[in-house]
Amino acid sequence: MVNTLMLIALILFSFTIVIAVYRIIRGPSKPDRVIALDMIGVNLLASIAVVSCLLETKAFMEVILILGILSFIGTIAFSKYIERGVIVERRHNR
Amino acid sequence: MNADTIVEYTAAILMVTGGLMSLVSAIGLIRLPDVYTRSHAATKSSTLAVLLTLLGGFLYFWALERFISVRLLLGILFVFLTAPVAGHVIIRAAHRSGVKLADISKKDELAEAKERLMEEQNLERLNREKKNDSGV
Repeated sequence: MVNTLMLIALILFSFTIVIAVYRIIRGPSKPDRVIALDMIGVNLLASIAVVSCLLETKAFMEVILILGILSFIGTIAFSKYIERGVIVERRHNR
Repeated sequence: MNADTIVEYTAAILMVTGGLMSLVSAIGLIRLPDVYTRSHAATKSSTLAVLLTLLGGFLYFWALERFISVRLLLGILFVFLTAPVAGHVIIRAAHRSGVKLADISKKDELAEAKERLMEEQNLERLNREKKNDSGV
């Protein structure tokens, strides 16, 4: 029963990821796509937590942390690129 | 039915609630009209979904083998800190790069405030130039 509930949660998360992929393909502007990518990262993190409970192993906990950090940094880099056109700024008047 | 079974069921129900929350945010992501309202759906309820799911995982491992997973707690803390920040940053970039609002939205207060600021700066510059001219 517990396993069935976890499977249901996993299916719901994968539905969310499919809908976010639709938004990435369809999205009219660049920020739309970045928001959908961020959402995919966050949902992947949650579904990895469910999978690691389903398999009763603690091996995937690091993956949760690393995915959280990577999706955050990716969103920040994309938004800097959209705002200014560059990611790493260089100062010329030094 | 002992206490651990109850905690396991609670954890599973928390996970299913998190899945429902994330489905709600996905429906918001496809149904809402423009990028600002979409981020409203995508950041908040998706954060709540992840918090519920990670809390469920934490409870499950505690009930299963009395293991307090610091990594899951750190994951909860990190998602709770970074998801609103990421949403704010990406929406600021969207507004600065000039993404249009939806047609049904009535007012764009940030754009109005920006325009007012530009006008004030222009007026100030004109006044300064006039003063310089009369001084010469």
